[in-house]
Amino acid sequence: MPRKTMIEAIRDAMDIMMGRDDDVVVFGEDVGYFGGVFRATQGLQAKYGKNRCFDAPISESGIVGAAIGMAAYGLRPCIEIQFADYMYPAYDQIVSEAARLRYRSNGQFTCPIVVRMPTGGGIFGGQTHSQSPEALFTHVCGLKTVVPSNPSDAKGLLIAAIQDPDPVIFLEPKRLYNGPFEGYPERPVTSWAKHELGEVPDGHYTVPLGEAVIRRNGTAVTVLTYGTMVYVAEAAATETGIDAEIIDLRTLVPLDMEAIVASVRKTGRCVVVHEATLTSGFGAELCALVQETCFYHLEAPIARVAGWDTPYPHAQEWDYFPGPSRVGRALLETMEQ
Amino acid sequence: MNDYAPLSLHVPEPAVRPGDNPDFSDVPIPKAGSVERPPVDADPESIRGLAFSIIRVLNRNGEAVGPWAGLLSDEELLEGLRHMMTLRAFDSRMQTAQRQGKTSFYMQHMGEEAVSCAFRKALSPGDMNFPTYRQAGLLIAGGYPLVDMMCQIYSNERDPLKGRQLPVLYSARDYGFFSVSGNLATQYIQAVGWAMASAIKNDTRIAAAWIGDGSTAESDFHAALVFASTYNAPVVLNIVNNQWAISTFQGIARGGSGTFAARGLGFGIPALRVDGNDYLAVYAVAKWAIERARRNLGPTLIEYVTYRVGAHSTSDDPSAYRPKTESDAWPLGDPVIRLKNHLIVRGAWSEARHKQAEAEILDAVITAQKEAERYGTLHAGGKPSARDMFEGVYEEMPPHLRRQRQLAGV
Repeated sequence: MPRKTMIEAIRDAMDIMMGRDDDVVVFGEDVGYFGGVFRATQGLQAKYGKNRCFDAPISESGIVGAAIGMAAYGLRPCIEIQFADYMYPAYDQIVSEAARLRYRSNGQFTCPIVVRMPTGGGIFGGQTHSQSPEALFTHVCGLKTVVPSNPSDAKGLLIAAIQDPDPVIFLEPKRLYNGPFEGYPERPVTSWAKHELGEVPDGHYTVPLGEAVIRRNGTAVTVLTYGTMVYVAEAAATETGIDAEIIDLRTLVPLDMEAIVASVRKTGRCVVVHEATLTSGFGAELCALVQETCFYHLEAPIARVAGWDTPYPHAQEWDYFPGPSRVGRALLETMEQ
Repeated sequence: MNDYAPLSLHVPEPAVRPGDNPDFSDVPIPKAGSVERPPVDADPESIRGLAFSIIRVLNRNGEAVGPWAGLLSDEELLEGLRHMMTLRAFDSRMQTAQRQGKTSFYMQHMGEEAVSCAFRKALSPGDMNFPTYRQAGLLIAGGYPLVDMMCQIYSNERDPLKGRQLPVLYSARDYGFFSVSGNLATQYIQAVGWAMASAIKNDTRIAAAWIGDGSTAESDFHAALVFASTYNAPVVLNIVNNQWAISTFQGIARGGSGTFAARGLGFGIPALRVDGNDYLAVYAVAKWAIERARRNLGPTLIEYVTYRVGAHSTSDDPSAYRPKTESDAWPLGDPVIRLKNHLIVRGAWSEARHKQAEAEILDAVITAQKEAERYGTLHAGGKPSARDMFEGVYEEMPPHLRRQRQLAGV
């Protein structure tokens, strides 16, 4: 099976959907002729024409607002916000409009858009190229929020997102664009070509939204995570020797509660891991749900490992990023309780 | 040693406040018929002056004059008059219904009836409006049932929006009326996106965007103008300048710009300014801009100069911030009376027939109201089911919402 980077897989997903459905249009800043600052849309304009893939003015609310209008017409826009850190000017359009259009119009108008955003840190991106704003979307009723962790999922989830009848926020961990990352910046970068999850089937397939996957089977403790932290958690499990079951949630809303409940009831322990800041982060919701659904199976308090409650710093990148040692410590402490 | 005097902040103020005599003497009103009517493919640069004047058709004597006159037949004008009178009667009944506690909220159109009623008649089937909360004339002139509007206002068992939305935030896709949002200006850029989609699909339908004077200060207004200009989108960008944004006079949003229409010029968008209380002028200008859009000549910006005669909403008391008699002094008069007088001058109407029509229209509105109230009002009678609250958040209800619906016991 061909191996692809996550960027190539994401591009492949858009290519396939543009080929299958004339209503799929792709636009955003630098997305057209240039093919995107991360190359995710390279070649799409040449292949499908400027009507289908084009550059947009630097206006996030303009990009999302225009996409909502197009969706109301009947198109299926798959748009890009260059960095998730720059989605805030579009937040009104996302929260007040895209998320609520079906509800407030009683289904007269719908909003089948996908908003792609590179997210996450670990790249010396500083304050405005590293954020993980997923909790600002998961709190919004009417949105679906997806975070893939590998090329194979990225393609299948993006195709599913484009086909989905509702607005989907598609957060792409840019640290994973070219290869997996366990949280050791000093180690040589590995590429997807050397990883089995870099195997991306050709053609059309979907990974259904709302389905988590177990990345590592274990019996001692359940780790709930997504994005880059999947690999960090795997490294932490290996290093501590703790038999952790690592669940890659993939979709945050709707959430795969069955997978979560089954695993935590089996292990009796749970650690939640994400890059985003701690307070009111998505981890808080995960903790609450586990507590509500698995209380009598829990043998230890649910632990959270997250970014500190500070803006994402530059020089202190590796003091901020929740690396394998912090995750490992949480695993050990949870096992000791 | 500082060579400069201290800086000072400029905060614009309206010319008059409560207790003062209304004064619109500084509002230049060109004579009816005095503004040119360029061809629809005119170079935007060559018609810059239209952004600083006011296109008017009806003169003081009720005659239609000048190059923008002559587009509408007696029958069409009588229909337009009926639409405006219906909207006014509808407003009056719903305003009262709110005071009677039959609904929580209402917003009337008093003085602005010509803008949405005339614009709607210039559109073709399939075109899409992206209205604000003050363009119900688009629905009435588009033939949308009054009963459905009232059921929405009453949030009753026949409410097309199942009780989910505040009164007057209608949605009527089949009538070219996009779902109204409470968040201002958001729909302006969405209209441009809809128009871009029509162009992408090589369609011939066009979009109409709507915004008030106050909301032009929102960033989505500027996003819309950039996108409309960049992609030459087939959209008519309407600004209804009714002088007031709740208590804030239009100078706060306009700043040092001469007019709101002038904002279009910096984006390379041709901009026209029109007498918003002149049904014939509104129709003619709308027709011009719609024709431009349909010929793929791109967007047009139109500023409708009008006056918000009523309170901002049923939750507002304008006497706290403007003279009570200010609307009487408004130099562009009342759109209903002006069209009535014109029809009388044309020999197509009379005072007696007008009185009779007023009674008939009120009767029709009351009949619709009685029917709507049979399906319930906000606090009495039929209402949407609590189950409806959970539907339509997504196409398919996800598990967490199913659980919540179960918890709610519905």
